[in-house]
Amino acid sequence: MATSSIKTSELALSAATTDSTNKLAFWNFFVAFAAFALALPMGAYQVLERSGMFPALENAAVYYASTSTHGVLMAYVLSTYFIMGFGYHTAVHSLKQALWSPRFAWVGFWMSTIGVVLAAIALLSGNASILYTFYPPEIAHPIFYIGAALLVVGSWFWCVLMIVSTVQWKKANPGKPVPLIMYGTVLNALLWLWTSLGVAAEVVFQLIPVSLGWVDTLDPGLARVLFSETLHGIVYFWLFPAYLVMYAILPKEAGGKLFSDEFARIAFVMLFIFSVPIGMHHLYMDPMVAAGWKLLHMFGTFMVAVPTMITGFTIIATMEIAGRLRGGTGLFGWLKKLDYTNPVVLASTLSLLMLTVGGWGGVINAAYALDALIHNTQWIPGHFHLIYGGTTVIMYFAAAYWLWPKITGHQLYSNKLVLTQLWLWFFGMWITTMPWHYLGLIGQPRRVDTVQAYQQAEELVRSWDFSMLIMNIGAIMLLVSGLLFVYILFMTSRQPTISKAEQEVSYAEAIHPPLRVPTLLNSLSFWNWAMLIYLIASYGYPVLQFWFIGTPESPQWGI
Amino acid sequence: MSIHIDPLEKKWIIMTSVIVLLTWVLIIYYAAVENVHPPSNVEVIDSAHLHLASGVGGGEFMEDKLGVHRDADGTLVVTMVAARYGFYPQHVEVPINTPIKFRMASFDVLHGVLIPFSNMNTMIVPGYVSELTTNFTRLGDFPVICDEYCGLAHAYMYGMIKIVPKDDFKLTAEVH
Ligand SMILES: [Cu+2]
Ligand SMILES: [Cu+2]
Repeated sequence: MATSSIKTSELALSAATTDSTNKLAFWNFFVAFAAFALALPMGAYQVLERSGMFPALENAAVYYASTSTHGVLMAYVLSTYFIMGFGYHTAVHSLKQALWSPRFAWVGFWMSTIGVVLAAIALLSGNASILYTFYPPEIAHPIFYIGAALLVVGSWFWCVLMIVSTVQWKKANPGKPVPLIMYGTVLNALLWLWTSLGVAAEVVFQLIPVSLGWVDTLDPGLARVLFSETLHGIVYFWLFPAYLVMYAILPKEAGGKLFSDEFARIAFVMLFIFSVPIGMHHLYMDPMVAAGWKLLHMFGTFMVAVPTMITGFTIIATMEIAGRLRGGTGLFGWLKKLDYTNPVVLASTLSLLMLTVGGWGGVINAAYALDALIHNTQWIPGHFHLIYGGTTVIMYFAAAYWLWPKITGHQLYSNKLVLTQLWLWFFGMWITTMPWHYLGLIGQPRRVDTVQAYQQAEELVRSWDFSMLIMNIGAIMLLVSGLLFVYILFMTSRQPTISKAEQEVSYAEAIHPPLRVPTLLNSLSFWNWAMLIYLIASYGYPVLQFWFIGTPESPQWGI
Repeated sequence: MSIHIDPLEKKWIIMTSVIVLLTWVLIIYYAAVENVHPPSNVEVIDSAHLHLASGVGGGEFMEDKLGVHRDADGTLVVTMVAARYGFYPQHVEVPINTPIKFRMASFDVLHGVLIPFSNMNTMIVPGYVSELTTNFTRLGDFPVICDEYCGLAHAYMYGMIKIVPKDDFKLTAEVH
């Protein structure tokens, strides 16, 4: 065992492999961040428009086209492409083996990219203003759905490559634990395969046929149940790589070691198994699912808190180790010794702070009884912007700052600007989302371009004024910060080049790196079978019921 | 194969499990004892033909049947249609601190209904009847807000509900 482990670590990747991987990672990141740069000003515009303080901006058609585009680009394009780019890089560098077929990866890339372009044409021309959740029977132009389907199918190519890489490595290294970051990456690829099935079925069997006129009607209840199967798991698909940066990159950047490798693996398998078959908490307020099923999904939903709590523990313990190694003492003294000028350390700290508050907000959404207070109010965008835009995307920034010099070979442009950017994003996110949470509690609905219509309830509308003012400030901060991020990456490509040694990629080690781990913490097939059984139990009947309850179906409606 | 779990990790796992268990117990308690459930009602209706007496679920949501009325068992029932872009009837009046049963159906696309400062919140999905019973605890006029995107004029879709003292409430028009 020992000799073979030494041999693997000595294996150097060929220059050709490194180059082709860098190219793949670069272009995936390029699409991700281009989508981000396009979607960001739309977000800021929506906040200003909605506040009602700038009458010249008000236009419902532009607002909903913008909202739909912002949602699709941020939630589906930024996330998916970032995850693919990061995953290709991780697979090659953590396993120290060439990708099975870079050509296969490029086919997936182009398929997704053509899909994104098609969807963008429909969105920007106002032909798909149905928001990123699709919700029929409002039907968009068919090229929107075809584009969305291509994006998803293209991303499955990435999933296949992650699985093939892992299986190849396991064959070559029998009995050895898959490197931690790769184990998380491949579980995330499987998570995405399972969780994208719902939306894929909805798009292929319901939305595309109706939008093309092949069939006249569809059942919106079935569409919502199918979409809910995707809706929770997808959030963990986005979040997973953020956690992986904390587990596998942060410890070294902070100057310490990972607290525990095995505990991390336990968190990963729990994230995988618990995040998919629980999507019906998005349907608590829907009529067509019986209460018993909602209660069942509530149990599962709270289980997801466990891997998040494990992650919080392990990462904070890891930071404490680093802080103490750097001379910190006392109960909290180590916090002062951490190097907050390191982008990964700073971003992880800010991310955890946002996760702590956002996570408790999520507990309220997940509660069977409390959800009625905040369902579809402005609280909801407040919650997911804090968790996705805050907790998750700030780690995408951190990963980009860590990786950009390694994949482009240029020195990172101005660390000072990087730190400014991260802090600005952090404060901007609080100043935007705290008023939103509050607005939701005092009765403001989400997804409205104006609150003019509620003027008859004068007192209520006036109680929203102050929060609506504050959110503008947050939105401007986020806009400036996001543009700064893109600017830093652009300027980096014009910086002096760095040496090959500085481009070397290595991941954090645990205090006790395991030589072997229990099969269950290294396995893929066991967890796939478990997922299949859990999914059938939680979604089997709720989907099948639509074939015998006899719903009169709906014709399609425009926007 | 044994795995290395630190004693601190063990304590953390126990604490986390206790929190999750407590949450479950609380929710089960309120569901079983206080009867707090989300608005589930698997009942189908032909949304495109609400105005007709025939068809699946037909009759109940015809124009002259909408509004506030009393059930055979004495419960106050509000029958409402959600359609682009309004709730019909547009004005309803109900007494405070009285269980009110809402029965709602969509005439076209997805809608939602939200009444601020109450737990009146449900989706209205075409093809299904939404039903929920709630108690209003604040007097005054409140907007009945559509809280699911339903088209470009979605933000203009609303109705009004007036919550009045019990003594001031009387059924204005008896609906049969
Ligand atoms: Cu969810
Ligand atoms: Cu609406």
